[in-house]
Amino acid sequence: MKPRVLILHADGTNRDLEAAQAFELAGATSEIVHLNQLRAREKQWSAYQLLAIPGGFSYADTLGAGKLLALDLQVYFANETREFIETGKPVIGICNGFQALIKSGLVPISNFQHPTSTLTFNAAGHFECRWVMLAPQSQKCVWTRGLVEPIECPVAHGEGNFVVRDTATLDTLRANDQIALMYSRGDGTPANGEYPFNPNGSVADIAGVCNPQGNVLGLMPHPEDHIYFYQHPQWTRGKQRGLGLPLFENGVRYAAQR
Amino acid sequence: MPIHCFIIRPCSPNDPRAAGLLVDAHALGLMHLTQLECHDLYFVEGDLSDQDLSRLAAELLCDPITQVWRLRDESVPANLIERVLRPGVTDPVAEQIVRGAHELGIPNVERAATGQRFIAHATRELDSADLHYLARALLVNPIIHHYALGTIQASFPQDAHASNQVEFLLVCSASDDALLALSRDRRAALDLNEMRAIQNYFRSVKREPTDVEFEMIAQTWSEHCGHKTFKAKVSIQSSVASSQSEPFSEIDGILKTFIRAATEKIAAPWVRSAFVDNAGIIDFDDEFEVSFKVETHNHPSAIEPFGGANTGTGGVIRDVLGVSAKPIAATDVLCFGPQNLDLAKLPEGVLHPRRIRSGVVAGVQDYGNKIGIPTVSGAILYDEGFTANPLVFCGCVGIAPKNSHPRTPQAGDCVIVLGGKTGRDGLRGATFSSMTMDAQTGEVAGASVQIGDPITEKGLIEVIVRARDAKIYNAITDCGAGGLSSAVGEMAKDGGADVDLVNVRLKYPGLAPWEIWLSEAQERMVVAVPESCKSDLQKLCDIFDVELTDIGAFTDTGHLIVRFNERIVVDLANEFLHDGMPRRQLTADCRPPIHASRVTHHVPDIRSKLLELLSHPNIASKADVIRIYDHEVLGGTVVKPLTGAMNDGPSDACVIKPIGTKGTRGIVLSCGINAEYGKLDPYRMAVSVVDEAIRNAVAVGADPDRIALLDNFCWGDPLRPETLGGLIEAARGCYDAALHYRAPFISGKDSLNNEYLGSDGLRHAIPPTLLISAISIIDDVNQVVTMDLKGIGDVVYLLGLNSEQSTVNSAVPEMPEHAPELYRALHRAMQSGLVRACHDLSEGGLAVAAAEMCIGGRLGMELNVNDEMLFVETNGSLLVEVQPENCAKFESYLQYLQSQVRQIGQVTNDNRLTIGTSQIPIAVDELVAAWNRSA
Repeated sequence: MKPRVLILHADGTNRDLEAAQAFELAGATSEIVHLNQLRAREKQWSAYQLLAIPGGFSYADTLGAGKLLALDLQVYFANETREFIETGKPVIGICNGFQALIKSGLVPISNFQHPTSTLTFNAAGHFECRWVMLAPQSQKCVWTRGLVEPIECPVAHGEGNFVVRDTATLDTLRANDQIALMYSRGDGTPANGEYPFNPNGSVADIAGVCNPQGNVLGLMPHPEDHIYFYQHPQWTRGKQRGLGLPLFENGVRYAAQR
Repeated sequence: MPIHCFIIRPCSPNDPRAAGLLVDAHALGLMHLTQLECHDLYFVEGDLSDQDLSRLAAELLCDPITQVWRLRDESVPANLIERVLRPGVTDPVAEQIVRGAHELGIPNVERAATGQRFIAHATRELDSADLHYLARALLVNPIIHHYALGTIQASFPQDAHASNQVEFLLVCSASDDALLALSRDRRAALDLNEMRAIQNYFRSVKREPTDVEFEMIAQTWSEHCGHKTFKAKVSIQSSVASSQSEPFSEIDGILKTFIRAATEKIAAPWVRSAFVDNAGIIDFDDEFEVSFKVETHNHPSAIEPFGGANTGTGGVIRDVLGVSAKPIAATDVLCFGPQNLDLAKLPEGVLHPRRIRSGVVAGVQDYGNKIGIPTVSGAILYDEGFTANPLVFCGCVGIAPKNSHPRTPQAGDCVIVLGGKTGRDGLRGATFSSMTMDAQTGEVAGASVQIGDPITEKGLIEVIVRARDAKIYNAITDCGAGGLSSAVGEMAKDGGADVDLVNVRLKYPGLAPWEIWLSEAQERMVVAVPESCKSDLQKLCDIFDVELTDIGAFTDTGHLIVRFNERIVVDLANEFLHDGMPRRQLTADCRPPIHASRVTHHVPDIRSKLLELLSHPNIASKADVIRIYDHEVLGGTVVKPLTGAMNDGPSDACVIKPIGTKGTRGIVLSCGINAEYGKLDPYRMAVSVVDEAIRNAVAVGADPDRIALLDNFCWGDPLRPETLGGLIEAARGCYDAALHYRAPFISGKDSLNNEYLGSDGLRHAIPPTLLISAISIIDDVNQVVTMDLKGIGDVVYLLGLNSEQSTVNSAVPEMPEHAPELYRALHRAMQSGLVRACHDLSEGGLAVAAAEMCIGGRLGMELNVNDEMLFVETNGSLLVEVQPENCAKFESYLQYLQSQVRQIGQVTNDNRLTIGTSQIPIAVDELVAAWNRSA
């Protein structure tokens, strides 16, 4: 049976359709479910094998992107999310979903601890939409494990600058193989903080991180917006490469084999 | 109840927001400033313990990694400016603070408000005059903000209940003068004929009108809703002889004679709705239809650029929702004054063009990005004529299953308002501050300014698309200009309605019935729902946090009844309200075009001329704006606004493959606009911008036989005969061009009276500006063509422009006779995969088009054309790149158009553009640098 993905929709979520489409293409069954339907117990967390928190502007990014959705998760669904994660089900937060996960303390730490890292305003000071190149890193992360080819996909955010409380935090991420995806140049070498390859000023070119167990991934770019070749900005120049689809296939395969 | 004020500031001295403010301050000439700190203020009202306060700050208001907080105390740093929103201005953050606090388990938080504080640092002492200047020039918009040098307190809106005040206006026995005075006093903009029609109606029903009735009639009969000018009978004083049309002596309605007539004559079978609904609709494929609407929001954007553009975007998205379609793409075309305008030259009371631009762009960005609709197509123009009166055209494309849009309310259906609460938003716009107000909201001027709430509108999209599929409603209309009055009035046109305003949910107290009825509060839709379906709709609304309010019922009485707490405040016969407006009789003076001679043919220094043109603000890269719009969301943007090897070449048009559609079809969006031509020859301007919109679409692969057009006229006061004359000439140009290309108009909108009173005491109109937006279909998105050069050794063809045209002595080009055949032939060549790149010739002519193709592909080009042709601005012309092995085949497609096709050069491997008789090469890097450096 195909694994079922819970695509979580909060007021202001707007990349849910693309996430649903990517998961369907990757072999899963997607269902877009509003928070209120889970609160009303119309839908059950236990019915799903994967959780995706898609991009958008939940609650209009009020008080910091993802902040109020993080609060919803903590207040209404602490037990459900904890159980989902601790039993090893794959979870992905993309863009606004990553912002919510990091602010609720579910990535790169776990169990709603006090955050040691955050996503803040882009170094350039404004929202930006452009394509980036991502080098998959972590072999611990179930989403990036085994990915060899770089992923090309757009970023579209104003608060995607990954910052850490202290260098020890960064050291831990490296030591634990929690850096899932890094911004890189066109030739695959590290962006080294250089704009626009690293589009937002993130420390250590970090585009995505996972939790210590490796089943929860948060990333700012949108691999769900590159699942067909015609979505690539240079496909009319014959460039057909760097699909984001393998990332979703990885997660779905992992869920199916558990 | 105590009010606590939190100050949140960034830990790091490198604050991007502060850095941006300083850049803006320097651009305004405030060079003495060295830093502008910017902190957030949150005012929270309630009985709160110290523990509550620190939890609120640490867990809700402040990011623990990047920000620090403290409670505001008595200390006042030097050079402090604080600002808060005026009462009544939408503040979505405040609501979320209360919600979040309650979620955290701090129920004592009653109300909240937000503000900002700025601390200026400078190379010299700043006195209070300096700080006031800084505040007004950069930090504060008095329409929406209060500010103080020092600390300021937030003001909270009160709990909402309406006032029951209804006034009777005396019209039945009024003299003509008194009628005109009434129209003037209530800013109704009704003329004597119209006032007399109102008088006659109320004489016949033997009573005086209420203020609610009068306001409703004024709204229904307004230029905005009634299109009086476009429907008027016009007599022409002195017509121009034209080679293409017979001169007219009288016109039986501009819309009917020119715009609709073209559509009817073309009778394209794929047009599903033209000029009937709030958006034009065409076939997409067997399953879906697509809708397109473009609106202007010029005056609101002049006064409060962010809010104006924000609600302009929100408004046009609702237009598309109003035809039951799911919005899938947004467009924006913007016209501003020069960005380097000397502050001293700025007319009084006018915001600097830089502030208008940054506010407008931020407003479009905020709404489009947050609601999750890609902003994919547009243009930006600069002209001194737009300094006090910017133009903001917002467009939206939607998609819906065929025949899924119900249009007929049934008697007995509930009148349901979905979405936001009602306030004084947009009530007669900026003039509101000088109108009667109640004492409590004495300074509520700002409340009439509209600021959008995209998340609420996103909820409306989710609910309406599902309600449509479940066939829950029988009719739907958006609340735009004229609010409920317009929406319910339109829906009840053929039957009737009976509503009670006491049911309408309000933002704040004291609204009189006429204000509730006319309010232009954003994010509201009206649906006609059978009683039996109401609970299903309520369920959907509960899931998506959308408010549903039942305010009455549709009827079949032929009357519109509005009550306030059961007392009837409006009772108007539909016949009178919708058909009782006397037709205007206008006079137009069509003057001959100004035959300014064309730019000098002899250009002594081609290189510097080209680099200068590439840096011209109207031509240079718009990447700084394009990239702050999300043009990727929904995953369907197949041809993006920027394209090429380094993703920075300017696409001619964008192509969308809508998510959820099968097959290979795509939608092509493009536009044409030229304010420069409008000043000289409105007829040819119209022809030229129609050609430009079509040419752009064809350049990326649109089917020339599946192109529909939208018109947006922005003009001055049509009561001035020469202004109306220009408008008629432009409309005539639209007609001729539409027929020439067989491209029907499906929707349009006019924004007239774009004028301002200058310091010289004279009225200044904007340059007559016509925006043509095109929506087209491409059968196979795999066949799109982008404008960037692709391969060394490829052959470059020039289509259209020939040396004959380059010698015609007129600044405004004429209708390109062969363009329709040329575009069709080019399209067939594209379908056969023979075209590698294609780019149209527009501002700056052949040289600029060639340079842009080099920039797009980061490749060189060598062209052999004479100098006279390099910078000629003409219609119907394109550059095309073809692989050498395909040249013969390509030429065979165009063989019967030999005079229109010429090989002019090739793509080279030297990264240089070589043009002109002197053949002095220019490095592509130099072209890139010039293009990215707007003058």
